[in-house]
Amino acid sequence: MQLIDQHTKAIMEGCKERARDVGLSFDDESLEYVVTNRDMLELSPKVMIPTMYDYWVHDVEVLQGKGKYELYPSNPFETVINTRPAISFYNDNNPDWLNVMIFYHVIGHIDFFQNNLYFKHTWDDDFAGQALADKRTIARLRSEKGRWVDYVIEFARSLDNQVDYHGVLADQHRPARNSLPARVDYYFDVFLQDEQQVRVNEYVQEIERYNKCVRENPQGGEDEFFQPILNQHPEFAAMFEKEGGGRRERGRDLLQFLIDHSDFLDRDENKWMKTILQIVRKTSLYFQPQIRTKIMNEGWASYWHETLFMRDDRIGGHEVDFARVNSAVTSMPRVGLNPYALGMRLFYFIEEAADKGRYSQQFLSLLDRDQRRKFDQGTGTGQDFIFAVRENLNDFLFVNNFIEQDFVTRNKLFVADKVLDEQRMVWQWYVKSRSADDYKAMVKEQLYHPPHITIDLDQTGNDALFLVHHFEGKPLVKEFIHNTLLGTEFLWGRKVMLETTEVKSIKKPDAQQPVLPGMGPIPDHEAEPEIEWQRVRYTMKDRKLSKGLV
Amino acid sequence: MSARDHEKPARPGDHKVPEAPAAPDYTPGVDIIHQVWNTPYVYGDLTFIQAMGTPRGAYTARIGSLDELMELDKKREEDGFPRKIRIGKLVKPGRGGHQKVIVVPTTVEEKFVHDPNFKQDEEGGGAGGSGDGAEGEVIGEQPVRPQEGEGEGTGPGQGEGGPHEMESNAYDLGKILTEQFSLPNLRDKGKKRSLTKYTYDLTDRNRGFGQLLDKKATLRQVVETNINLGRIDPARDIDTSEFLVAPRDRIYRILSREKDFESQAVVFFLRDYSGSMSGKPTEVVVSQHVMIYSWILYQYAGQVESRFILHDTEAKEVDDFYTYYNSRVAGGTKVATAFRLVNEIVQQENLARDYNIYVFHGTDGDDWDTEGKESIPEIEQMMTYAARIGVTIAENSYGTPGETEVEKYLKGSGLLEKKKNLIRLDVMSESAEEPRIIQGIKNLISE
Repeated sequence: MQLIDQHTKAIMEGCKERARDVGLSFDDESLEYVVTNRDMLELSPKVMIPTMYDYWVHDVEVLQGKGKYELYPSNPFETVINTRPAISFYNDNNPDWLNVMIFYHVIGHIDFFQNNLYFKHTWDDDFAGQALADKRTIARLRSEKGRWVDYVIEFARSLDNQVDYHGVLADQHRPARNSLPARVDYYFDVFLQDEQQVRVNEYVQEIERYNKCVRENPQGGEDEFFQPILNQHPEFAAMFEKEGGGRRERGRDLLQFLIDHSDFLDRDENKWMKTILQIVRKTSLYFQPQIRTKIMNEGWASYWHETLFMRDDRIGGHEVDFARVNSAVTSMPRVGLNPYALGMRLFYFIEEAADKGRYSQQFLSLLDRDQRRKFDQGTGTGQDFIFAVRENLNDFLFVNNFIEQDFVTRNKLFVADKVLDEQRMVWQWYVKSRSADDYKAMVKEQLYHPPHITIDLDQTGNDALFLVHHFEGKPLVKEFIHNTLLGTEFLWGRKVMLETTEVKSIKKPDAQQPVLPGMGPIPDHEAEPEIEWQRVRYTMKDRKLSKGLV
Repeated sequence: MSARDHEKPARPGDHKVPEAPAAPDYTPGVDIIHQVWNTPYVYGDLTFIQAMGTPRGAYTARIGSLDELMELDKKREEDGFPRKIRIGKLVKPGRGGHQKVIVVPTTVEEKFVHDPNFKQDEEGGGAGGSGDGAEGEVIGEQPVRPQEGEGEGTGPGQGEGGPHEMESNAYDLGKILTEQFSLPNLRDKGKKRSLTKYTYDLTDRNRGFGQLLDKKATLRQVVETNINLGRIDPARDIDTSEFLVAPRDRIYRILSREKDFESQAVVFFLRDYSGSMSGKPTEVVVSQHVMIYSWILYQYAGQVESRFILHDTEAKEVDDFYTYYNSRVAGGTKVATAFRLVNEIVQQENLARDYNIYVFHGTDGDDWDTEGKESIPEIEQMMTYAARIGVTIAENSYGTPGETEVEKYLKGSGLLEKKKNLIRLDVMSESAEEPRIIQGIKNLISE
């Protein structure tokens, strides 16, 4: 891997200036590397993070198909990674004009990484640096513990889609609580009352002592207050830590829960495993916003590479070359879902609508088609509006809020479906619906959405870890339950239970509809299979899985 | 999406088979759709904008060898965890009898994920589309099987990465299956037979007399003799006319008896290729047949001949595995025809005398001969000479398990119990995964 040459770097810096002029904002520094096939061999299994920890599964071909993008929520062929400074990768024989286009695209991504609020938890650190430290930690552990390190990585990774990303985000965005430090809360609310069960006058004395300490010494008063307590109750610090260090347990973050509450991991000989769980969790959290903003991120980058390229004075004579590449990237496929194309068109659409003041009560209450078409208040706030969109939304909100009938109709979008022509062994694709609601539902269906599984804190105790899958109309992949629970049992040290919903029976429609060649299928709403659901509980105990009805 | 040429997926090296299956006839006026990428996550900038292909190179650059990988996997079992490596998609032996199998070690990281194959309601189903066309209008056709040169399920510019393939020959695969997946060794290789023939050829050498003078060897011997006699001085030019020739320097070729190894086993692979078999049932059956083939090859140390037979309502023998794997036809099913053809071949070529004969049949269980009136007698005849008959049923998902015709009449005949050492039945679902397929082999070939 080597840095791009000075000539190309100068082009990049020129692109940055022009991008800043139109309002994009990003750090000054960025690193651009030329990558060869050989580099790609090493980088792509590590999802383009050069410093990612080693793990044998990265080296083996991963089984394709089944739920692939749910399992691996990161694309190994991204051109830019969200590090500080941002690192981007280039083919070594790109002509200058193509680099201009790609640089604008990359700058669009960097702007998105550094301004979209879903990335907020990644803003303070350089992930490449962290990953390098983690890689070394894991290498060291591997030299001590051998293949058990890989087992722990495996088990931790099997739960890495069950991290409380939204909780982490919420903590990031919640204004600092104007209350007492967690340790003080714990001491007065739990330790004194539940553990020591002190009498009221002792409790009040402690409060007075605390107030006095803080009043006399605003800086170190708290430590001064705790000094005698720590001397008298050496167990206090450990108990506080065990209670989650003041974190309120929400039961939504499986990995963090195991780190905080597993007795097994807390044993001296097993404490090293927690380090690995932390690393896996952190890595997962790092990738979460990327997969949840794919359409927006690619749409935003495409919007800007198109806009800025056409304005760039340095690329005269290459408009046609650009048009060819750009249309391949941003054209809507006849059948399929291209995030570049969809996202970019949506940004253009939103900008235009906002320019005309259409995101207003006035416009929304208009029903007359002609009036809607002509509606234009000339507010001209489109640019501001799309910048706000890129800052505040993720794919779900983007799609859910802005895909509307005008957008679908204008871009001639539809939902396609296919039927099998058995005679000729071809799938026949047909237009199923041109309604915006259907299109929106179809796109939402494709979005990354791991199952919602929480820990039932009431039923979880010394005996068992109790997981509850909140059913959302889709069952879990059954074949994966065994090994996932096996790993969880290992990390928890005791039995683990999972409550989920499964199909009890499916009533098939009576007969298959005959399809005439050349004709679309007849809509067959009554032919829907009827599904009966049942709630089941899996129990993993001593590496044996059993299942019972709830 | 018009992919630029250099964006086309990197194909694994060995696939250039001249006779790709013929493309179906398309209806004029509709688009031909080769691939549909309906998930936004297959798109990556490097491949999509920069046209960088998937890196090419074997995974062996990072992993020592398949053996090493399998060794680690075996350790998992000792540590009390299930194995993770699957030997993955096995790509067929090449044409012309090359026993080439691509072994792709694969694995999957299990997590709690929604089942993507599950579709409850129509809402949210389907794929995105754009362009003209009224609701209900057919706008494009896509072949059910990917055509040559198109990968299935790969993203634009190969978002999913090309398989880090490893070529291994079928013999190695058989070894892996036998050793790592504890497939049984063949204990009784059937009736004891002379497994060798003798031929006579001028292969041995003899000094002094024989049928044919071996001039080169004789000259060498003459030189050696003369060196020993001190008649050659390396400092001077050698005058060959000065050489003495002893009678025993003359070396002759003589006629001698040579062992000529013959194949020890013939394996018949039979497969239903009627319409109902298309897709998953074929995959399951063919995967299993490759593995059985490899296993037998290993067991007989390479001395195996294989024959491939396809049938719908008629049976035909095909030359190679490629045709066997790729052929399809829309039509009914008569299992008996295939068995009859095997019987005919065995009789005509007099195979029963010299070979251990194995017959493996793969089907989805459909048979027009619902009671097996034709099939059962053919099977009984086969049992007179075959070392093992294995019938695999890959059940279609729309049927009731255990209710296929073939299964019913085989069970009804009582042969499965009476002649347990000669015939086996294995029934699995069409969506069976590799561990199940390997288990199926055990069912079919165990003692």
